[in-house]
Amino acid sequence: MSLNYMIPASKFKRYLPKDYVELVDYGPFGKEYSEVGTKNMGKYKELVEEHPMCSGCWMAYYIKIIFAALPNPEDTVTIGTAGCGRLAISQAAVPFIYGNYGDQNAMASGITRAFRLRFPDKQKDVITIAGDGGMMDIGFSMTMHAWFRGEKFTTIMLDNEVYGNTGGQESGMSVRGAVLKMSPKGKNFGKMPAMQLAITAGCVYVVKMSPTNINKAAKAIRRAIFAARELGPTFIHAYTSCNIEYSIPTPDVFRDAKEKEKGRFAFEEFMTDEAKELFTVVEAKKKKKVS
Amino acid sequence: MSLNKTLVDMNYLLKEAPREQHFITGAQAMAEAVKRASCDMAIAYPITPQSEVMHLVGDIYAQGHIKEYYRAEEELGTMSAIAGAARGGVRMFTATSGPGLLRGLEAIVSWPGHRIPCVLGVLTRVVNAPLSIQPDNIEMAYLMHSGIVMLHAENQQDTFDMTLAAFAITEKVDVYIPVSVSTEGFFVTHAKGYVDMMSDELAFTECDPYKAPVPAMDNEVPPARIQRDAPVQKSNFMSYLIHSVWQQEIWDCNKRAMKYIYEYLDGPIEVTNPNAKVMLVASGCAAAQAREANRYAEEEGLDVGFVKVRAIRPFPTDELNAALAGAECVIVPEHNIIGWLSKEVKAAIPNGGIVVEGPRVYGGMTLPVELIMTEIYDALGMDSLVLQA
Ligand SMILES: Cc1ncc(C[n+]2csc(CCOP(=O)(O)OP(=O)(O)O)c2C)c(N)n1
Ligand code: SF4
Repeated sequence: MSLNYMIPASKFKRYLPKDYVELVDYGPFGKEYSEVGTKNMGKYKELVEEHPMCSGCWMAYYIKIIFAALPNPEDTVTIGTAGCGRLAISQAAVPFIYGNYGDQNAMASGITRAFRLRFPDKQKDVITIAGDGGMMDIGFSMTMHAWFRGEKFTTIMLDNEVYGNTGGQESGMSVRGAVLKMSPKGKNFGKMPAMQLAITAGCVYVVKMSPTNINKAAKAIRRAIFAARELGPTFIHAYTSCNIEYSIPTPDVFRDAKEKEKGRFAFEEFMTDEAKELFTVVEAKKKKKVS
Repeated sequence: MSLNKTLVDMNYLLKEAPREQHFITGAQAMAEAVKRASCDMAIAYPITPQSEVMHLVGDIYAQGHIKEYYRAEEELGTMSAIAGAARGGVRMFTATSGPGLLRGLEAIVSWPGHRIPCVLGVLTRVVNAPLSIQPDNIEMAYLMHSGIVMLHAENQQDTFDMTLAAFAITEKVDVYIPVSVSTEGFFVTHAKGYVDMMSDELAFTECDPYKAPVPAMDNEVPPARIQRDAPVQKSNFMSYLIHSVWQQEIWDCNKRAMKYIYEYLDGPIEVTNPNAKVMLVASGCAAAQAREANRYAEEEGLDVGFVKVRAIRPFPTDELNAALAGAECVIVPEHNIIGWLSKEVKAAIPNGGIVVEGPRVYGGMTLPVELIMTEIYDALGMDSLVLQA
């Protein structure tokens, strides 16, 4: 059904903007990932159109990867919150819900359950995408409790180690000693252990990474979505620097992400045995299809 | 519905279906209404005196009358999840009290703007300090500026009828904003009264999210909610305009709920002796006491009338003006310290100076009829102490 509303009536098509037609013709809706996916990023009009984030923002880049990686964009709902990320997420050709700051995982709990009631035989993917402040500070209780309750959706934290959208304040994910607004003498406690918290709270698949490799980043996102469908909550903790607040010159953004990958954002992947089994099956199927 | 119910429209359910009398608490009355509402999902978080309602709703979930139910992390989580689930296209219910309402308020006040149809029970309780669990309806004042439709039940019967009607009103195409049903904690929730109820084999027609003016975010139809909010967040004229027209529409939706309050609940006010010199205006439990005071006054042959206000939002300005046109004094008894109803009445009529702001009790106190009688005697220039002796 959703594919139908994306696809214009043939007679109407020639009156539509070229960008839209290209998105439908060459974009990922209703297509195999192997046909489109990240490798096609840039060939068709991307799912995320122009956005008002800062030039060179690494978060905007990662958000593009999220959309390119979606296994089921025509049946996906994203939920965001206050913070820089939603400026781009809201520009995507995928339904986006924006509530109050930090409420994303509570909102997702409700909508995921509603979808399971209404569409027991159809896969609808729900993904929350929020900053470190939204996820680990103001939304902490809602984030954690959705995980403890075993809600079946994917949580993606865009960790720029600061409150970017409100002008550079300390967050629970900033490092100890960071001098930021509202921590004028330096933050006096360390980064919250988000990955361990997610594992403790029952997430079945958890990844911490600096997304320097597009395919690796996309694979983690897809795994998180597949596992959330069947098994339980999943969590991706991605480093998405704020070049403005951390004064990273645009040409150095990638180098910074690489550096972080060697340090506190070294790739770590946790999965339960069931998730491992599931990935073996899902990924084997995909390979077959390609061949 | 798994229980093989007969689904009927709200007019039949409320007005035509045969009813039997039961002797039940207000909490039971609210849960019994939910049972007949084809509610898909309820989300609960405990707080006295509300908890009893959501315990009972939990029981009816366990019996299969509701498809999904869970205890949330706290009220902001509850109210946010309601917003998520309603966007998913299901019929929702929750209830709370005083501090719980305030904790969930950030989410609740955004429901109308997000066009969330749902029913919220408000079983009133003290807020602020010193903390208390006792009935006091001050929290309703915080809801009055949110855009939500607000009904105020006098007793167990009202609680039942208004809760059922609320499920229909919230999903009307020209309303489609949440509806709250308030009643006083303990005085109504934990006390028994007679309630005429239809069979629980009857239930309200199921929710059809495709009849909605703002369809569900379910990827089955093009999304129509505020999804591309980026322009709204900018500081330019377009953003001001988008917010203002959207909010105007919310308050228009609120006004349009009035015709359904007439259709299902016989209108936003009930009037006894409209042309009296002294009029009592009250809502909720205070209306029960004012009704009693009106009866005393009648027995004593005094020129007193009574208006019960059922709808707080939309506020029945025209109806009150008509009912109070001949009044020389309007007495507004209330269960809160700030007197939100008397302020509303004062603002609604051209001669607001005739409004007596009180009597008021708060912190859990009962409202003795004698307090209201004293105001009546004063208004009529009678010496109340001599008369009462
Ligand atoms: C209840 C509430 N409190 C505070 C804010 C203000 N606020 C908006 S965005 C934001 C910080 C965003 O930081 P983060 O979540 O880390 O995301 P980022 O902008 O860094 O991507 C804050 C504090 C708000 N919108 N709502
Ligand atoms: S403030 Fe930082 S995180 Fe936000 S858009 Fe700019 S660079 Fe990106």
